[in-house]
Amino acid sequence: MKLYCLSGHPTLPCNVLKFKSTTIMLDCGLDMTSTLNFLPLPLVQSPRLSNLPGWSLKDGNAFLDKTELIDLSTVDVILISNYHCMMALPYITEHTGFSGTVYATEPTVQIGRLLMEELVNFIERVPKAQSASLWKNKDIQRLLPSPLKDAVEVSTWRRCYTMQEVNSALSKIQLVGYSQKIELFGAVQVTPLSSGYALGSSNWIIQSHYEKVSYVSGSSLLTTHPQPMDQASLKNSDVLILTGLTQIPTANPDGMVGEFCSNLALTVRNGGNVLVPCYPSGVIYDLLECLYQYIDSAGLSNIPFYFISPVANSSLEFSQIFAEWLCHNKQTKVYLPEPPFPHAELIQTNKLKHYPSLHGDFSSDFRQPCVVFTGHPSLRFGDVVHFMELWGKSSLNTVIFTEPDFSYLEALAPYQPLAMKCIYCPIDTRLNFIQVSKLLKEVQPLHVVCPEQYTQPPPAQSHRMDLMIDCQPPAMSYRRAEVLALPFKRRYEKIEIMPELADALVPMEIKPGISLATVSAVLHTKDNKHVLQPPPRPAQPTGGKKRKRASEDIPDCKVLKPLLSGSIPVEQFVQTLEKHGFSDIKVEDTAKGHIVLLQEAETLIQIEEDSTHIICDNDEMLRVRLRDLVLKFLQKF
Amino acid sequence: MPAGSSGTYHRRLCEGDGSVLPVGRRPVSAPLRVGPQGSRSGLPGTLRVSRGRRPCARPRRTRQVARSGVGPAAAEGRAAGISSLTMDPECSQLLPALCAVLADPRQPMADDTCLEKLLDWFKTITEAGSSLLLLQGNPCLVELLCHMLKPQDLSSRVLAFSLRLTGVLAAQEDCFQYLQQGELLPKLFGEAGPLGGAAWTSPTVRSGWIQGLRSLAQHPSALHFLADCGAVDTIFSLQEDSSLFVASAAGQLLVHILGLSMPGPAGGPPSLQAGDWPACAQKIVGHIEESLRATATPQITQALNVLTTTFGHCHDPWTQVLWVRLSPLVAGLLEKDPVPAAHSLVDLLLSVARSPGLSSSSCGLWETLAQTLSHLSPTQAGPLALGILKLQDCPQALRAQAFAVLLQPLACVLKATAQDPGPSGVLDGIVGDSMTADMLLPSKAACVGLLCRTLAHLELLLPLPQRPCPWPQAPLLGAAVTLLQLCGGSARPTSDAGRHLCALLLGCVRVQRAALDFLGTLSEGTGPRELVTQVFAVLLEYLRSPDSSPTVLKKAFQATFRWLLSSPKTPGCWDLDPHALLFLRDLLPVLQKRLCSPCWEVRDSGLEFLTQMTRHWGGQAGFRHALLASEVPKLTEQLLRDPESYVRASAVTAMGQLSSQGLCVPPAGPEHPGGQQSLLAELLHILSTDSEGFPRRAVMQVFTQWLRDSHADVAGDTEQFVAGVLQVASQDLDWEVRAQGLELALVFLEQTLGQPRSHCPCAVTPAVAAPVGPLAQALQPLCRVRLFEFAFRALFDCDRPVAQKSCDLLLFLRAKTASSGSLQESRSSPHVASVEAALQRWQAGDQAQPLGDLEPEVVLAVLRSLDLEGLQGALAESSDHVEKSPQSLLQDMLATVGVLGGNEADCY
Repeated sequence: MKLYCLSGHPTLPCNVLKFKSTTIMLDCGLDMTSTLNFLPLPLVQSPRLSNLPGWSLKDGNAFLDKTELIDLSTVDVILISNYHCMMALPYITEHTGFSGTVYATEPTVQIGRLLMEELVNFIERVPKAQSASLWKNKDIQRLLPSPLKDAVEVSTWRRCYTMQEVNSALSKIQLVGYSQKIELFGAVQVTPLSSGYALGSSNWIIQSHYEKVSYVSGSSLLTTHPQPMDQASLKNSDVLILTGLTQIPTANPDGMVGEFCSNLALTVRNGGNVLVPCYPSGVIYDLLECLYQYIDSAGLSNIPFYFISPVANSSLEFSQIFAEWLCHNKQTKVYLPEPPFPHAELIQTNKLKHYPSLHGDFSSDFRQPCVVFTGHPSLRFGDVVHFMELWGKSSLNTVIFTEPDFSYLEALAPYQPLAMKCIYCPIDTRLNFIQVSKLLKEVQPLHVVCPEQYTQPPPAQSHRMDLMIDCQPPAMSYRRAEVLALPFKRRYEKIEIMPELADALVPMEIKPGISLATVSAVLHTKDNKHVLQPPPRPAQPTGGKKRKRASEDIPDCKVLKPLLSGSIPVEQFVQTLEKHGFSDIKVEDTAKGHIVLLQEAETLIQIEEDSTHIICDNDEMLRVRLRDLVLKFLQKF
Repeated sequence: MPAGSSGTYHRRLCEGDGSVLPVGRRPVSAPLRVGPQGSRSGLPGTLRVSRGRRPCARPRRTRQVARSGVGPAAAEGRAAGISSLTMDPECSQLLPALCAVLADPRQPMADDTCLEKLLDWFKTITEAGSSLLLLQGNPCLVELLCHMLKPQDLSSRVLAFSLRLTGVLAAQEDCFQYLQQGELLPKLFGEAGPLGGAAWTSPTVRSGWIQGLRSLAQHPSALHFLADCGAVDTIFSLQEDSSLFVASAAGQLLVHILGLSMPGPAGGPPSLQAGDWPACAQKIVGHIEESLRATATPQITQALNVLTTTFGHCHDPWTQVLWVRLSPLVAGLLEKDPVPAAHSLVDLLLSVARSPGLSSSSCGLWETLAQTLSHLSPTQAGPLALGILKLQDCPQALRAQAFAVLLQPLACVLKATAQDPGPSGVLDGIVGDSMTADMLLPSKAACVGLLCRTLAHLELLLPLPQRPCPWPQAPLLGAAVTLLQLCGGSARPTSDAGRHLCALLLGCVRVQRAALDFLGTLSEGTGPRELVTQVFAVLLEYLRSPDSSPTVLKKAFQATFRWLLSSPKTPGCWDLDPHALLFLRDLLPVLQKRLCSPCWEVRDSGLEFLTQMTRHWGGQAGFRHALLASEVPKLTEQLLRDPESYVRASAVTAMGQLSSQGLCVPPAGPEHPGGQQSLLAELLHILSTDSEGFPRRAVMQVFTQWLRDSHADVAGDTEQFVAGVLQVASQDLDWEVRAQGLELALVFLEQTLGQPRSHCPCAVTPAVAAPVGPLAQALQPLCRVRLFEFAFRALFDCDRPVAQKSCDLLLFLRAKTASSGSLQESRSSPHVASVEAALQRWQAGDQAQPLGDLEPEVVLAVLRSLDLEGLQGALAESSDHVEKSPQSLLQDMLATVGVLGGNEADCY
C-alpha cells in the first residue's frame, strides 16, 4: 500500500493511494497562492496599477499543477472531500488522460461548480490582450525580482481553465450520499462520512474485508451550519490519513467572529464602509447569520449589506435547499416551514442585497456606508479589486479578511500605500490540535499519516508544543512529492466457496469445537473476487484416442493422500514399540522434540512438532512397520 | 400594612445572603455584576408582603439549618424575634392539645419547621424563667416526654424534638434533678431509650440525641449523668456516623463535654498528670490520643477536628497542658509518609497558634510548624504558610520559611520560563530542586489549582500590615506578567519545562482571572519602570485579544484601572503621567472596539471602565483630550439604545458621568438640536419608556447626582427638572426607581431649605440660593414641584423601603420646620381635612385621587397631624410580625395537622 503525496499544502491536499490494485486520488486542491505574485486584474483599467514601478502587467492566471510523480491517467477514482478541495479537478480530468470516475456529494459538486464559475468569470471578463510566458524560462526567471525569482516550478503554473473544461470535468462526477457504500472493482469499498466542515463536506473510509483506511480532510467539530461530523465510523482504522486542519490554530473562530462584528460596527458607526473579501460560499453563511443577530443590537439595521459575486444568487439559494446536509437545528426549520438560514430574511427585508457584479443594478442601488462581501480573497481578481481601489484611500473604511487561505499582507502589497484600516480575522472552523488529540484518542487508529507541517510546532511559534499532533505511535509525516509506504501488510484475503462445493465437505472434529475438512477446488479470481469452484470431474479414461482440446486441459487429479493430524505421545509410542518386539529403546530429548533410538535395529525416529522422520538403512520393511506404528497415533482425514 | 404569615424566617435568610428579589422582578444572572453595581440585584431586606399562607415553604430551609450545625445560633437569632417570653394563659391552654397531637403517631407533623420554632420558643421561655416551673405548670410536657418511652411507631422528628426539648429543659439543674427523679433522663438518653431501638437508625433521632445532650450538659450533675449512662462511648462511636451532620455534632459535643469537665480559669493551674484530671476528661483525651495513634486516616481526622475546635473555642489554661501532652503525638503524624489528614492537621496547628491561651514559644509549636511546612506538599502547605504569615507574633525564620513555601510555585514559573528570579533574592534558592517543578507540572488540574491558590493567598497577604518585608514586588510582578503571557500564548519559553507549562496553561481562564486579580492588587506597590511597561503591555494584550473571555476581560479592565490609578503623578497635578497617557492612546481604540462587541457582557464592562476613568480623570486635560479625540463618547451615546438592559443602564451611568465632566460630544444633525439638552431629554425618555428597571434606576441615579452637582442642564430650571422627574418616577412600577426618586427629592429639599448634607463632599453651592426667609416661602418651590404629593404617595407605598424612606424624608422635613414656628398653622381648615381624607384613602389602597395643589400651610398641618413616628415603628417591624406570636404558632401547628396534601400543593 503506497501513498503518493502530490501536494505539500496541508489544507489543499492531493494524495494518491494505491490499495489492492486500485489507484485512488484523495482530493485535488488547487494552491492559488502563486497568484499573489501577480498584479491585480482591475475591472477598469487602472493607471495606478499599470504604472507601478518595477511591475508590469503579466498574465494573471497561474496555478500550480501536479508533479510527474505518478501517471495520472492510471488513477481509477477521485474522492472529493469538500468543494475547496476540488478546484484542480479540470486540470486532472481534462489534461492527463484520466478516464476514471470522480465521487463527491451533491452540495460539494454544486458549490464547487459555483466557485469554479466565479473563478472563470473573474478571469475571463477581463481578457488579456497578450500574455507573457517567456519569463517562465529558468534563465530569465533568475533575473526577476525577489518573490518571483524564488518561486518553485514556475513552469508548471497553468492558465485558468475554461467553463467548458469545468463542465466537462464536473460531468465525470458521480454523486454520492453520506454512508453510501461504493464498490470499486470489487476490491475496496469507499464510503463518504459527514465531516461537519461545509455543506456536503465528507471524510472517506476506504476499506477491504480486512483493512480499513480513513481519510480525514477538512473536518469540524463546531456547531455551524453543516451536519455534525461522523466520528464513530472512523474507529478501528488501520491507517488514518489526516489533512485539512485549521490553518490558524491560534485563532478561536468564536473570538474571531466577535472581532469581525466589533470592527464592522465600529467602522460603520463612524461612517466608513466595510469590505469583506470572501468566497461565495462557506463561512459567509455563518457571518451573515451572526450579523443577522448582531445588526439590530448594534443599531445597524439601516446599514445595507451587499453580496457581489457572479454566483451570489445561486449560492444563497443553494444553501437553503440542501436541507438534508444541514445540522439538525437547521433541518428542523425546513418542516416549520422556515428557511434554514436567516439570510433569507435579510434579503426579504432588503438588508442584504446581492448582485452578480458591480456593473448594472448595483451602481444605482449603492448607498454608503455599507458592508460589501465580494471575491476574490486573494485581492488579485474579482470585484474586490475595484472596491480596494475605491475605498483604499480613506481611513474611515475597513477591509476585514476572514478567509485564511492567503497572507493578508501579501494580498495587500500592490495596494500600498493604503489608508483604509485592515483587520485580520481569519475564521477557520476546521479541527484544531486539541480537537484532533481528542478525536485520535477516541477513534484509536493504528497509524496516523499527516503532512509534515502537523508534526512540529509552526516555525514562528516553536515553543508551542500544543500546536502539533501528539499521538502514539508518532504520526508518519509526508511532504510534497514523497511516496510513502503505508505501514501495514495485507495478510488475509476473503475467498468465497461455492454452495455445491461447500455441500461436499465432510468436516472432522480434530479438537472439541474445531473441525477440519479438506477441499479440492479450483480458485477462480475475477474482479478482485476469489471464488472456490468445484473441480471438474476426473477425465474418463478415453484411451487417449480423442484429441484433447486446450480448454479441457485441466490439472491431473491424483488420488488424494489422507491428511494427518495429532501428536505422538512419546511414552505410549515407546510402549507400543516394546509390544511389537523392539527392545533396547532409548529416548533423547532435543530442542524440537524427541529422538527415539532403536539401537539394535540401528534406526532413528525423529519426532518433532510438525514432522516425523524414520531413518533406517535400507530396511524398507522395517520403515513401513515403524511408519504404521507412528500412524496409529495420528488421525487421518 | 397588609400582613401575611409567609415567613420572617425566609426573609431573614434572604437578608443574610443579600439576594432576595422582589416578587415579579427579573433575577440578575449577570456574572459580571460585582462590586458597587451589585445593588442592581435588588436592595436587601425587601420582600413584598405575600397574602397567602405558605407553611410548607419553610421546611427545606429549616432542615438545612438544623443539619449544618449552625442550628443553635440561627435558632437564637430567630428566637429573639418572638415577643412573648413567658407562657401566657392562651398558650398554656393550647399546649395540651398540641402535646397530644405530637404524641399521636397517626397525626404526623408535616412541617418540622414548626417543631424548630416550638423549640426556639421553649428555649426563650427557659432562658427567661424557670424550667421547673414551666414543667410543673404544664404537666402535659412531662407526659409527652414519658410518652416517648413507650414502644410505639413514633415519628423520628417528634422523637428528636422530644430529646432536644428534654435537653433544653434539663439545662437548669433543678429541672434536671426533677427529671432525674422520674428516671426520665436515663430512659430517654440511655440504652433503654431510642438508643437501643429501631428509631436510632434515623439520623434525625441521633442528631436530636446529641443536641439534647449538648443542651443538657451545662452543670456538674449533667457530667455525672453522662458518665453514668455511658453516653461518652456512644458519642465516640457517633464520630464515625454515616451522616456528616451527626458526626460533626458528635465531635462538637465531645469538645463541649471536655470543656465542661475541665476546671475553669479560676480553678488553679491544671496538672499535667493525667491522673489528676477528671475522669470524663481523661476518657476523652485518652480517646483522642488513641485516635491520633491510629493508622486509619478518618480516625486521625476526627481527633484533629475535635482538637481544632477545642483550641479554637476554649482558651483556658488547661488547653496549654492538653497541647503539651498531645503535641508529640501530633508531631508523630509528620513522620508518616504521606502525612495523614494533612488539611485537618494544618487547621489544628493554625488553631493552636492562634489560641491566646497558649504561649507558643514554650510548647515547641514553632518547631512543629516549621517541620510541618517542610513535610507537606506545596498544595497542602499553602494554607498553612498563609496562616503562619497572618499570625501576629511569630519568629522571623518561620515567617521566612512560610513565605518561601508560598512563593514556591511562582518561583517555579519564573524558573521554567528562564527568567531572573529577581534582584531582591527573595525568590533565589527557593527552587533549588526539581521537586517543585514536578509538583507543579504533573497535570493541568494540579498545576492550575496550585497556581490559583497561590495567587489568591498572596493577594490576601498583600494588604495585611504583617505582610512579609521586604515584599518581593518586582519578582511577583514578573511572575504575574509571565503567567498571563503563558496563558495568552505570547510567552516564548525556551526550556522544556517552560514549553510544557505553556501547553498546560494556554487559554486557562481560571489562571487568567486569578493572575489579573493579583496583578491589580500589586498595583498598590511600585515596580521598576520596565516591568510596569510590561504590565501595561500584557494588559493591553488581554484587552485586545479576541480570545479573552468576558470575565477575563472584565478583570483586565479592573486591573488596568488600578494600574492607571497607581501610575506616578506629578506633584500637584492629578492628570495621568505621560506614560499612562501614551498607554491611553493605545487603550481607547481597544475600548472603542469593545463597546461594539457582540457580547453584551463585554460592552457592559467596557462602559463601567469608561465610567470609572471619567470619574477619576474627567477633569484632567490629558485625559479629556485623548477621550475627545476618540470615538468613545459617541459610541457610548449610541449604547443608550442597546437591546440589552444592563448595557443601557451602564451607558446611562457612563453618559451621566461624561456629561457631568462636559465630555459629551454634541451629536451633529438636525434630529439632535442642542446636544447636551438632548441628553437630558433622552434620559427622561428612557426613564419614562424603558421596559426594564435597570436603565430607569440608572437614570434616577444620574439625575440625583446631577442635581447634587448642580449640573448645567439641571441648574437652568431646577424646579421644572425635579417636577418632571418626580412625576415620572412616582408612576414607575419599580420600587427602586421610586426610592431613588425620594433620594432626589431629599437632595432638592436640602438644597431648597439651605443645608446641604455634610456627607456629600462633591456638592457645590446649589444654584437655587439657600433661602433664609420665611418658611412658607422656602416651602413654595417644594409645593410647586409637587414633592409632597410624591412623598405622601410613597408613604403608603406597598414596598416597605419606599415607605420607610418617605417616612424618613417627612420626619426630616418636620424636624426642620418645627424649629421655625413662624408659619401659621391651619389645622382646622377644610383643605387640610380633605387632604387628610385623601391620605386615608391612599392608606387604604385607593390612590387614584390626586391631592391637587398644596399650600405650604396645609402641608405643615398635615405633616403634624400624621403619626409619622408610629408609621416608622410599624414599618420597622417585619412584614409578618402580626403572625409571629407563639400562640399563632401553636394554632398553626394544630391547624395544619392532618392536612398534609393541601400544604404540599401550596408549596412554591
